[in-house]
Amino acid sequence: MRFTKKNILDMESLSVDEINFILDTADRMKEISIRPIKKVPALRGKTVILFFYEPSTRTRISFDIAAKRLSADSLSISTASSSIVKGETLADTARNFEAMNPDVIVLRHSSAGTAHLLAGLVKSSVINAGDGMHAHPTQALLDLMTVREKKGKISGLHIAIIGDISHSRVARSNITGFTKMGAEVVIAGPPTMIPKGIETLGASVSYNVDEAIRNADVIMMLRIQKERQESFLFPTEREYSKVYGLTKERVENARSNVLIMHPGPVNRGVEMAYEVVDGPYSIIFDQVTNGVAVRMALLYLVSGGARNAGAD
Amino acid sequence: MPVLIKGGRVIDPGNIDEIVDILIKDGKISEIKEQGSEIGGQRSEVRGQGAEIRIIDASGKIVTPGLIDMHVHLREPGHEYKETIESGCLSAAYGGFTAICPMPNTNPVNDNGQLTEYIFKKAVIADTVRVYPVAAISKGLNGKSLCEYGELKEAGAIALSDDGNPVSNSQLMRRAMEYAKGFSMLIISHCEDLDLAANGVVNEGSVATNMGLAGIPNAAESIMVMRDIALCELTGSRLHIAHVSTKESVQAIRNAKKRGVKVTAETAPHYFTLTEDAVKGYNTNAKMNPPLRSSQDREAILEGLADGTIDVIATDHAPHSYIEKEVEFDKAANGIIGLETSVSLSLKLVRDGVISLTGIVEKMSTNPAKILGLDIGIKTGRPADITIFDPDLSYKIDSGKFQSFSRNTPFNGWDMKGKAVLTMVGGKVVFEK
Repeated sequence: MRFTKKNILDMESLSVDEINFILDTADRMKEISIRPIKKVPALRGKTVILFFYEPSTRTRISFDIAAKRLSADSLSISTASSSIVKGETLADTARNFEAMNPDVIVLRHSSAGTAHLLAGLVKSSVINAGDGMHAHPTQALLDLMTVREKKGKISGLHIAIIGDISHSRVARSNITGFTKMGAEVVIAGPPTMIPKGIETLGASVSYNVDEAIRNADVIMMLRIQKERQESFLFPTEREYSKVYGLTKERVENARSNVLIMHPGPVNRGVEMAYEVVDGPYSIIFDQVTNGVAVRMALLYLVSGGARNAGAD
Repeated sequence: MPVLIKGGRVIDPGNIDEIVDILIKDGKISEIKEQGSEIGGQRSEVRGQGAEIRIIDASGKIVTPGLIDMHVHLREPGHEYKETIESGCLSAAYGGFTAICPMPNTNPVNDNGQLTEYIFKKAVIADTVRVYPVAAISKGLNGKSLCEYGELKEAGAIALSDDGNPVSNSQLMRRAMEYAKGFSMLIISHCEDLDLAANGVVNEGSVATNMGLAGIPNAAESIMVMRDIALCELTGSRLHIAHVSTKESVQAIRNAKKRGVKVTAETAPHYFTLTEDAVKGYNTNAKMNPPLRSSQDREAILEGLADGTIDVIATDHAPHSYIEKEVEFDKAANGIIGLETSVSLSLKLVRDGVISLTGIVEKMSTNPAKILGLDIGIKTGRPADITIFDPDLSYKIDSGKFQSFSRNTPFNGWDMKGKAVLTMVGGKVVFEK
C-alpha cells in the first residue's frame, strides 16, 4: 500500500490497514537497532524537530534515537530552552519553525489538541508525542507492536487497562487502537478515575481489578500520580496499591501466559509490585525497545520514505 | 426630520400586533395609525412647516420595540483591542439592538460610581445605542465585600452582577440580595460552583473524554442556581439567572417560578443552537463558560424558552482577539461574540416552531425591559426605540464584516434567514441595511 498520512495525530484517524502497515514497517526497522552499525541513510537530509513542551525522557530519547538511526538531522527543544519562557505562543513558535523548513515536527504538550493545532499551522509533518490527556498514538502503536510480536495477533485478545483512565492519553489511544484491531478492552480503576462516556471509545468498564484481569491476555497498568490525591481521586497510595495495584497474588491468579505492560515511568510498589515489574510476565522493556522501531517507521513513512523507496 | 415607518407588521406583545404606520417626531412616537389612513394629514402639516419627512417602507417586515441585550461584555476600560464601548455599541446597532447592558468585568472593574459614569460618558460619545451599565456585586469581583450600591444606583447602574465570577460565599450573596433590595436593584447571578467546575474547559461527557479535555458537570451550574433560588426565597429579593445552559437549571427555575419565587432567567443563542459537538476539532470559538452542553440540555433550553421558564435571550457577547483564541484549547479565553448574530439565530426558533414571533419580541425586548425596569414599547409618547427586521432575508454570516473588533464566533459562514435591517434609537436611525 501507499502510506499517504502526513500527520500522526491520534489513533482515530488511522485505518486498520494503515496501522498494520506501520507495524509491519516497524517490524523491519527493529533489525536496524541490533546491527553493529545502527544507521541507515533513509532520511538523510531530512530535518526532525523534537519539540517537547512537557518533561519527557523515554519518548524524547526514543524519537531522537529513531531519527538518528535513519540519518535524519534531529534537534530537541524543550520549553525551558525555547522562546515559550519569553511568552511566545505555540502558534508563533510553529510559524518560526516553519520558516526554517523542517520535514517533521514531533510535539509533546501538556494541552490536549495541540498536535491538531500545530498541524493546521505548518506544512511539515506533525507527529503527536502526547497531547495532554488526549492521545499518545506512538505509545499505542508500540504497544500494539509488542503485543502482536508476543502473541502473534491482536484480534480476539482480551486487554485490561488498569488505573487512572481519566488523566491518561495512553489509555485513550490504546482503547481506540486495540478495539480498532479487534481486541476486547476492559478498563478498571476507582470510579473517580473513570471518565464519563469512556465506553463510547469501545471499552467496557469495571471497578473491580480482579474481575477485569481474570480473562486478560494483556494487563496494562497505568502510572498513578501522587498529586491526584489533592483532587480527592484516591485517599492514599497505600490503599490504592492494595485495592487497584497489580500485586504478586493478582498476577498468580491471572492467565498463565498473561503479558504485563506499563507505559512508564513505573511507581514501583504503588500501581505495580516490585517483583511484578521484574517478573516473568513483564514486557515493559520490550515496549521501550519497540518504541524506537515504531518511531523509526513513523518518521520514515510520514517523510515519504515509503513513496521514495518504493517499499511494498 | 420626522420619520414615517409604513406598512410593517408591528409587534409589541400585549399591546399591538397589526400592520400599522408609525409617525416619529422629535425622537418620540407621535402617532400610530392604521395603514393608509389619515396619517398623510400629519405629513402635510409637517410639510407646511417647511420640514421634510422620511418614509421608511417596512412592508413585509416586522417592526418591534427596540431589542435589548441585557448581557454583553464591552472591553473598555482595559482591553480596548478586543472591543470598545463605541465598537460594541455599533455592533449592537448592526445586530438590531437599541440598548445593551455591559457587565462590570472590565479592568478596572465597574465597582464604583466613577467608572459607571465613565461608561455613560463614552456611550454618549459613541451616540448609537443606549448603554445601561451593570455594576459589580462585590468590590473588584473578589467575592469578599459589597460594593456601594447606593452610589452605583445614583450613577445609573441598572443591575448588579459579578458575571464571569460566581459569588461563592453564600452569606455575601444573601446580604447582596438584601442590600440591593433597598435600592430596588436587580441581582444577576453567574451560577457556577468553582470547586466542582475545577479545571474543566468543556461539558463533562463523552466529547470531553474523547478529546482528553477536563469536563464541567451540569451540577456545577445547577447547584448554584438552586442555592440562589433558595437565597431569593429567603430574602424576598429579585434574582435574574444569567446564561442558563443545563436541563437541571431549567427545571429548578421552572419549579421556583411555580412556587412564586421572583426569579427570571436568560439563555444565549449558542445554548439553544449548538451542542458540545461544536468544540470537536478543538474549536476555541466554541469555548465558553458555561460550556456548550449535550443535546438533552439543548432540548431542555428550547422547552424552557417555549414555556416561558426562560424569559430572556441575551447574547453574553464576549469579544476576544485571535491572540486569546489561536492557542491551546485549555488556555483559550472563554466566550464568543453574539450581538450581530443573535436576531438571525433567534428567528430560526420561529421557523423551527419553538416559539412565535411574538415570543421572540418578548424575550429580546419586552421581558428584558420589564426585568430592568425600562419603559419601552410602541406607544404614542414613548421614545422611538424601534427595531425592524426582515424575517425572509437570506444571507451568509461573514464575521469579517462585523462591526465588533473581534471575530470569535462559531457561526461564521452559516447560511441564515432573517436579519435586523434597521435600528432606531430615540428617532435616530443608527443602523440601516
